[in-house]
Amino acid sequence: MNSTVILNPELATFSRILVLGALTIYSVAFLVLTWSLTKKAAEGKKNKSANRLEKIGLFLMGFGVLIHFVGVLTRGIAAQRVPWANMYEFSITGSFIVTFIYLVATFFKDIKYIATFVSGFVVLIIGSANTLFYVQVESLMPALQDYWLVIHVSVAILGTAFFMIAAALAAILILKSGKRKFKLLKAFPAVEKLEKLSYQFNIIGFILWTFTLIAGAIWADKAWHRFWGWDTKEVWTFIIWTIYAAYLHATTTRGWEGKKAAWLTLIGFTAILFNFTVVNLFFKGLHVYSGL
Amino acid sequence: MATRRPSDKYVVRKEYNEPIEAPDLTIKSWLRWLWRQLTSMKTALWLLLLLAAAAVPGSIYPQRSADPNGVVLYFRNNPELAKWLDRFQLFDVYSSSWFSAIYLLLFISLIGCVLPRIGVHYKALVSDPPAAPTNLSRLPEYKKVEIARADLSPAIEFFKERKYKVAVVGNEIRAEKGFLRESGNLLFHVSLVGVLIAVGLGGALNYSGQRVLVEGETFVNNEAGYDTLSPGLLFDTKNLTPFSLRLDQFSTTYDIRNPSNYAKPLDFRAKVSYTLQGKTDNALIRVNEPLQIPNAKIYLTGNGFAPDIVVRDVDGNITFSGPVVFLPQDSNMTSLGVIKVPDAPKQFGMMAFFYPTVGKLKTGAFTSVYPALVSPLLSMNVFVGQLGLEDGLNTNVFELNTHAMKQVAGGKSGTKAIQLQPGQIKQLPDGLGSVEFRGVKRFASLDITYNPMELWVLIFAILTLTGLIIMLITPRRRLWVKKTASSVEVAALAKSKDQALGKIVSEVAKAIKKKNK
Repeated sequence: MNSTVILNPELATFSRILVLGALTIYSVAFLVLTWSLTKKAAEGKKNKSANRLEKIGLFLMGFGVLIHFVGVLTRGIAAQRVPWANMYEFSITGSFIVTFIYLVATFFKDIKYIATFVSGFVVLIIGSANTLFYVQVESLMPALQDYWLVIHVSVAILGTAFFMIAAALAAILILKSGKRKFKLLKAFPAVEKLEKLSYQFNIIGFILWTFTLIAGAIWADKAWHRFWGWDTKEVWTFIIWTIYAAYLHATTTRGWEGKKAAWLTLIGFTAILFNFTVVNLFFKGLHVYSGL
Repeated sequence: MATRRPSDKYVVRKEYNEPIEAPDLTIKSWLRWLWRQLTSMKTALWLLLLLAAAAVPGSIYPQRSADPNGVVLYFRNNPELAKWLDRFQLFDVYSSSWFSAIYLLLFISLIGCVLPRIGVHYKALVSDPPAAPTNLSRLPEYKKVEIARADLSPAIEFFKERKYKVAVVGNEIRAEKGFLRESGNLLFHVSLVGVLIAVGLGGALNYSGQRVLVEGETFVNNEAGYDTLSPGLLFDTKNLTPFSLRLDQFSTTYDIRNPSNYAKPLDFRAKVSYTLQGKTDNALIRVNEPLQIPNAKIYLTGNGFAPDIVVRDVDGNITFSGPVVFLPQDSNMTSLGVIKVPDAPKQFGMMAFFYPTVGKLKTGAFTSVYPALVSPLLSMNVFVGQLGLEDGLNTNVFELNTHAMKQVAGGKSGTKAIQLQPGQIKQLPDGLGSVEFRGVKRFASLDITYNPMELWVLIFAILTLTGLIIMLITPRRRLWVKKTASSVEVAALAKSKDQALGKIVSEVAKAIKKKNK
């Protein structure tokens, strides 16, 4: 099936330039949004110029995501397959999905105030992808040549995006319910609201993560002759699932809602980042697709 | 705080309402206390966190199940530490007593929690919504409308239109919706138990085996046909499906078009013919495309070269003949193999490197520069001496224990290693005769497995996901409308973080106001 693959390194270089362009725009957006937050904290949430700055920041993020999308698309065309087969590609596609989902969600939910966090996170991801994980376009090894690559990985990315937004909300919740009242915290809504919103993003993330786990098992049964074998990546997918399951129990357990549940959200998201970085690069296992 | 967390008060357990009994320290009461603790939500939460933490070491230390060679290596490099780690079952984390204890407790807790809830849920499904609490204003959502002798029919209509379960008792309307939330929750938990049982049973009823097959060879599915076979505890190897499978041809495709991707594998194909119940069929096995036949799945897990070698003694009698499986050492398929000739007048063995496309390193040593056959070369070191096959020494076909042997060709022996291209014959030193390199065949490593519970694991996993989705997207709500002489009260309670609750209460209040203008 893949015996006639023709890669396009020139297009891949063009894609890299586009992604770096998006990175620059996101960086500017991050600065503008941070400025808006400090203004809100100092002069109240209704402050006009603060809101204008927020609008500019979000608009920049929207502009960045467009260019980012073309960057991801051209990478896929250059490699003649889905652009998520190694760490670099997973990073640029993942950060695109995170930004895209976030921007779409701002139309439905009151979460504009975490734009600083999202843009900052995305800048970090693209920055490290470009400097640490960059690899030239390559063909897929036979083990990855399957339609489950499209389903399993895309849903994992989608789930990660929802978990990321929930984690940003949880982080603010923890700061807000702490003893020290930073001035900046005035720019954010009440703890109860943050809790509800974080919960809503987490449950969507959890459904997607459960699907990722099942899809992974189905694929593993096809490619690795068993549906579950405690491969290091499988172990961490399981650990993450269990942490978020504990979170769901925490939200309905007296004494565990609010701050403690928010901590579980952060622990869960930390495990996701760990799974993507440390497990990919340093742990031995079958998911050795970093390309490095 | 009390009104912020309605969910806790939602299903008030009967026990909580009973008068507090004097401490009763009988065994029975202790057991009851223990059971109540075990099945509580807080315990489940802690056990989940414990399970997550307990799974971590299995990703740090090599596991016998996933990486047996890693364990051997760990023992070799850190013998003292490895001994201690092994005592705590850290090389078998997922079958260890402590890991099993945690998940078994978790599942007992789950069953103890879920079973009674099934009964409670059934009752809730068949009975009317419960009576309103005495003080409605303490509920999370509450509205009071000042209307005397109001007509409540619009509220009833409102609930019925939206498929609430409604009961009108005296001056009170009780409405409830979202029973699917608890149904989904129960389905999720029960299916998880199903997954666990199916996985456990599958582990006992399954088998998996490996076989290396050279082109032209036939595998027969019985115990002797396998290189290694690991049947589950309850699997009888007599029940292996009788079939045979011949590897007709193995082929590969490597990239030569794209410079950045040079020599990367693109495709592996094993053409096989198999005979099942007297019928022979052809099939193609690829990575990600196992061959499925009743009660067996055949996977392609590896491949390599098997040089076809003939050894003759000085009189021309054949002392060794056939393809030898060489193990690949790098991505360009530099391969290492061992030939043992116990039937020669003087026993000897050969350790050989095979290069499908030979090239030279800066040091002058050979290496393979491309994984497919372009300019193949076989280079052999010869060792004379007792092979010790009778003593159980040197029984591993991929190893030659040269400890008690003398090297007569290659290395520091003074004689050059024997280098052969396909079709060539060369004399062996020391009067050992001759060796012929007849050609190269390919081999495929196959995994043959069967797990009768696999489908059940999948079914329960899908049910788990279904239950989860139903549970998390269905809000469960209870509403009450109460009429007094001068006013109407509307109040609501939700089981989860329900953002629409306030809006619904306002809508009901508005509908009543409109009608009673």
